[in-house]
Amino acid sequence: MYVAVKGGEAAINNAHRLLADRRRGDRSLPSVTIEQIVAQLGLAVDRVMAEASLYDRSLAALAIRQSRGDLIEAIFLLRAYRTTLPRFGTSVPVDTANMKIERRVSATYKDLPGGQLLGPTFDYTHRLLDPSLLTDEAVEGPARKDTTGEHAVRVSDILAHEGLIEPDGEFAEDHQAGDLTREPMEFPMSRDLRLQALARGDEGFLLALGYSTQRGYGRNHPFVGEIRIGEVEVELEVAELGFAVSLGRIRITECQMVNQFKGSSKAPPQFTRGYGLVFGQSERKAMSMSLVDRALRAEELGEDIIAPAQDEEFVISHSDNVQATGFVEHLKLPHYVDFQAELALVRKMRSDIEAARKGDRGEMQEAAE
Amino acid sequence: MTDLATYNFAYLDEQTKRMIRRAILKAIAIPGYQVPFASREMPMPYGWGTGGVQVTAAIIGPEDVLKVIDQGADDTTNAVSIRAFFQKVANVAVTTHTKDATIIQTRHRIPEQKLGAGQVLVYQVPIPEPLRFLEPRETETRKMHALEEYGLMHVKLYEDIARHGRISTTYAYPVKVAGRYVMDPSPTPKFDNPKMHMSEALQLFGAGREKRIYAVPPYTEVVSLDFEDHPFEIQKFEQPCALCGAQGVYLDEVVLDDKGGRMFVCSDTDHCEDRREHGHAGEMLAPNKEAAE
Ligand SMILES: [Zn+2]
Repeated sequence: MYVAVKGGEAAINNAHRLLADRRRGDRSLPSVTIEQIVAQLGLAVDRVMAEASLYDRSLAALAIRQSRGDLIEAIFLLRAYRTTLPRFGTSVPVDTANMKIERRVSATYKDLPGGQLLGPTFDYTHRLLDPSLLTDEAVEGPARKDTTGEHAVRVSDILAHEGLIEPDGEFAEDHQAGDLTREPMEFPMSRDLRLQALARGDEGFLLALGYSTQRGYGRNHPFVGEIRIGEVEVELEVAELGFAVSLGRIRITECQMVNQFKGSSKAPPQFTRGYGLVFGQSERKAMSMSLVDRALRAEELGEDIIAPAQDEEFVISHSDNVQATGFVEHLKLPHYVDFQAELALVRKMRSDIEAARKGDRGEMQEAAE
Repeated sequence: MTDLATYNFAYLDEQTKRMIRRAILKAIAIPGYQVPFASREMPMPYGWGTGGVQVTAAIIGPEDVLKVIDQGADDTTNAVSIRAFFQKVANVAVTTHTKDATIIQTRHRIPEQKLGAGQVLVYQVPIPEPLRFLEPRETETRKMHALEEYGLMHVKLYEDIARHGRISTTYAYPVKVAGRYVMDPSPTPKFDNPKMHMSEALQLFGAGREKRIYAVPPYTEVVSLDFEDHPFEIQKFEQPCALCGAQGVYLDEVVLDDKGGRMFVCSDTDHCEDRREHGHAGEMLAPNKEAAE
């Protein structure tokens, strides 16, 4: 006899228990520590911090450990924690011109004040699996040299000096920076909110969209004006003190894309900007973000909107991987009530057609007789 | 990091709850209108009831009695999970009995038993915009609502009739609320649409990912869209529930074997159990069935 399925609660508890077991894996091996994740899987930690919009290495590492290395799950864990934190102010805009630079490259100038610094990049490594990493061989410390003290001027400032690039985006004096996580989204968005959405947007999604602009879907003639990675100071204006106090340093990646622009009815011929800023070290994300940011400025610059990357509502509505994964994966929840309704409809429509066909055949038979 | 585990009553902080309550009040004041709200990131995935959970969290008090259903059943895994969440973060009393609940959070069904004054039905909504599949852009659909421009929806329903001889929408069937806004009733089967009309209970709809709340206040007219020559009609089942013998209720089809054997039972598990407790029995449970054969 049919018995209605019971015991959802026990099933859930057992599933959680099995998950914990699988997460821990082989008990004869030491469990991976938070410190090890922070130190040795730093770029995974960076991605989780960036797309969770929460700068905290240890919590990001905890999330990675808890999620068994599923980074979107880790981002989700960290976001759900972030949402419970109180907001106590808005920082002063970080000054990337005064970044403590570890890497800095420009594709538009051969040499420039402050020089080109390769930093810790995969760029010129040959992608050959390294057998020495199978064991724990000693690794040399980095080479060091004293800083020249030369100020690494931002490439956008060099161009601006000559008046060749549009001015940096400006907001009215009384403009309050929006907070995407505290206000409902509305389209069209202001650029600050749009950049916030892109900064926490899925790396893979933005990469694909940025790539699509290069292949002709909303081409915007980009040059990497500059990418810089390093530490910047985060400061908070404290009303009672009347000056900004430092909260500490964070590591960020900034990309300034310089885009050729022939001018339109709305703007003169000049170089335009696409901007990318990401927590931690993630050039791929910062570059993709700046390509998409520039593409999304189509309306503002009077360009034709012809490609997906230029379509603000399309891009921003689908860039959030926590939202996307939730909704895609919700399809595995039971839908049998609706399916039942569809089943009944399809059966009815099929029997109608069957009946009509039989009727036709009967008529034909009569006609033939 | 131990303070990670301390959360406010019903998880959300009071400021957030107030923000959501303001959205709810606005939604009640403009029946069927989708009010944007600053949906929070919840500790369950988007698309799994985050909107309903936020609405419930904003209105629940320590005295409330909560019922959670998914597909009409109290023991589907996601309903169990959401109920456990509120037991953990709000320590409220829970029930499976429709009549005992003050708040019922649901996905895809409206209970068979008529809801009464003072009860609140909270719907989990995936896509709040009834016009979404006709026009994907929010900027456009908002305009259409503002101008009460619902022709497109009638065209869609008409095309159904032209092509299939009938309106082929079986769930999430659009309704007009209080003669003004066209509203998505969430993916409940159209079978449940008439229960929304002039309901004594307050009906609240939460869409977390899409950041919208809307409402149908008690005693509000809710009309399913149709045509004079093709009036709205609900699904009819050919047989009663095999367990409790109920007629005129929504049934789930249960596959019994791989030879086409199947039976139909109440989708509303509480309703079915309650009937059986009161001595009703369907074909499968009929007394002396074997003896009679
Ligand atoms: Zn039944």
